[in-house]
Amino acid sequence: MAAESRESLHNASEANSTGETISREVVVANRQGLHARPADLLAREARRWQSRIELVADSQRVDGKSILDVLTLAAEAGTRLVVEATGPDAREALEAIGSLFDRNFNEHAGSQET
Amino acid sequence: MLPAAAAPAMLKLQGIAVSPGVTIGEALVLDAEGFRIPRRFVERSAVDTELARLAHAVAETAREMEHNRDRIHEELGDQYAAIFDAHLAMLHDPRLQQELTAAVRDRNWWPEYAVSRTLRRYAKVFQSLDNHISQRAHDIYDIEKSLLRNLLGQRRETLAAISQPVVVLAHNLTPSETANLDRRFVKGFATELGGPGSHTAIVAEGLEIPAVVGVGPFLSDVSGGEPVILDGNEGLVILQPDEETIARYRLEEEAAKTVAARLDRLRDLPAETTDGVRIYITGNIEFPSEVEQCISRGCDGIGLYRTEFLYLTSRREPTEEDHFEAYASVVASMPGKPVVIRTLDLGADKMLTETKPEEERNPCLGLRSIRLSLRQLPMFRTQLRAILRASALGDVRVMFPLISTITELRQARMVLADVMEDLAEHGIAFNPKMPVGMMVETPAAVVMLDAFIKDVDFVSIGTNDLIQYTLAVDRGNKEVADLYNASDPAVLRLLRRSLDVAAEAGVPANVCGQMSGSVMFTQLLLGLGLRHLSVPASSIPEVKQACRSVSVAECRLIADKALAMDGAREVKAYLRDQLRRLLAQTVA
Repeated sequence: MAAESRESLHNASEANSTGETISREVVVANRQGLHARPADLLAREARRWQSRIELVADSQRVDGKSILDVLTLAAEAGTRLVVEATGPDAREALEAIGSLFDRNFNEHAGSQET
Repeated sequence: MLPAAAAPAMLKLQGIAVSPGVTIGEALVLDAEGFRIPRRFVERSAVDTELARLAHAVAETAREMEHNRDRIHEELGDQYAAIFDAHLAMLHDPRLQQELTAAVRDRNWWPEYAVSRTLRRYAKVFQSLDNHISQRAHDIYDIEKSLLRNLLGQRRETLAAISQPVVVLAHNLTPSETANLDRRFVKGFATELGGPGSHTAIVAEGLEIPAVVGVGPFLSDVSGGEPVILDGNEGLVILQPDEETIARYRLEEEAAKTVAARLDRLRDLPAETTDGVRIYITGNIEFPSEVEQCISRGCDGIGLYRTEFLYLTSRREPTEEDHFEAYASVVASMPGKPVVIRTLDLGADKMLTETKPEEERNPCLGLRSIRLSLRQLPMFRTQLRAILRASALGDVRVMFPLISTITELRQARMVLADVMEDLAEHGIAFNPKMPVGMMVETPAAVVMLDAFIKDVDFVSIGTNDLIQYTLAVDRGNKEVADLYNASDPAVLRLLRRSLDVAAEAGVPANVCGQMSGSVMFTQLLLGLGLRHLSVPASSIPEVKQACRSVSVAECRLIADKALAMDGAREVKAYLRDQLRRLLAQTVA
């Protein structure tokens, strides 16, 4: 039950150091949704990068570097989110964050985790 | 994203009205730990100092969280410690820190106020989420508490230290907290918990400040310093009131003052019916300070001096001197007028000073009032000694609550006689003829009154408990509170019997309890033969005016008619009509 994720259509590969926005869609796969622990990991990871990181769900857009903001998404298992990164290290940041979702934030939610 | 803090909508909350009046004032919010978070501003020049104080509090709070995490980690393991990691992460949330800093630097908010406002806004957002994340609101409150504790440090302010007018908003107030409210500054209060008839409600009525209880959770919607309207007549709490509402309530506040001024003119007039029957209106008090309110409204004495406050406001058992001082000060302000002191009327479960008894399944039917006094003789004797000593200073009378058997009455009298002997032996002055009365507040007491009355000099009918025990209704219980009804024919019949028995024996009878303070019942009570009413100070003018507007002859007709009815609703409607008729006459 690994997180499903794929590159989004726009800007995905053209990001560069000029501060363009690239994005990627992710799905919350944790059984308990994006609760405190994964939200904390996410915000920590996001803060490691210079780029602005935002999470978008339906009409809501939150600061990926703020655990409080991320929690207000109340994203449950199965929720699709778009992660947007803007800045010089956007590509790397997006990859790192996408990988967190891919790994279910290291929770033993599925059988594929090792 | 969080909604902007600007332009919040007016919020009307319905609670239970327990003390009448309306007031507008600044909110003082007390959370479970009793923190006070006023809206204060920081001088521009002090912004850096205050920011440093905030940073220090954040660091201290973080240190505490880390400490807790490590301790829990050792004791319970990783999983449980994770919650503190989450707390730490929230505390260090860059967005939160930015907001706090901006609030202090740009809006010049006092750090305490900034913390309370900002975190409560987050908590509110979490609470509104309808999944398990809403539980995170508790975490936010925890963080708020820790930060405030560190910010306030030794400067933590308490209710007792209030120095400007406020409306107190709290999760709950204990009777002793309520009793300690400073009337000069506390304009009213509202609590999330509580019901009518609770001791807190009685105390609020005594303080004569508007009070609303049982509002339900609302403290997260309000911050200290915001304007709030308290409507103790309708049981409303209004947060973020708009201009129009404020204006309307200002008018109401003014109008209430005008009516009060008009009733004030009754002060020196006797409560005499139009057919010349003198009615005696005495005051119910709890605190010596309330005597002044009774006097200023022209009372005929104190008909019910509750002494529970002596046991509730302090952790140690009151000494004889504590009792005596309180009683003496009341007697001194009532020269030539009766002061009826009721001995302890509390349940063992409410006592602060005693070790709790075994869990009582039914405290209302348990060890309380005179039963408790007779069980704890040294405590009872201490109170009786003080009452007797006060009897040397004026017209003091003593009254035993919750008498349900003749044995209790005789035992209580025996203890009193014994204490008298003791005082006489030591040459301490007291009135050996001090009148002794009993409360009639159990159906058993009414049924047996013809026997009990031979052993007393007066009786006082406590309608609150009498209704509760007669109708088997706990009025604090929302599910059945509507059955609690002073108009119930069963209650009226017990009243009639009590008053008839007392009249036949030539023993004065008084009614205390909320029924006597409500003008809806004045005509009925006079019609049943009552001549002594003991009411809260705030009701004295109204009840006096009602007495002065009716004739006993008319009242008898009203009482006969009400007693012939067989349902509470019918009685209530009829009494309402009669009151309306009376008010129409009075105005005309």
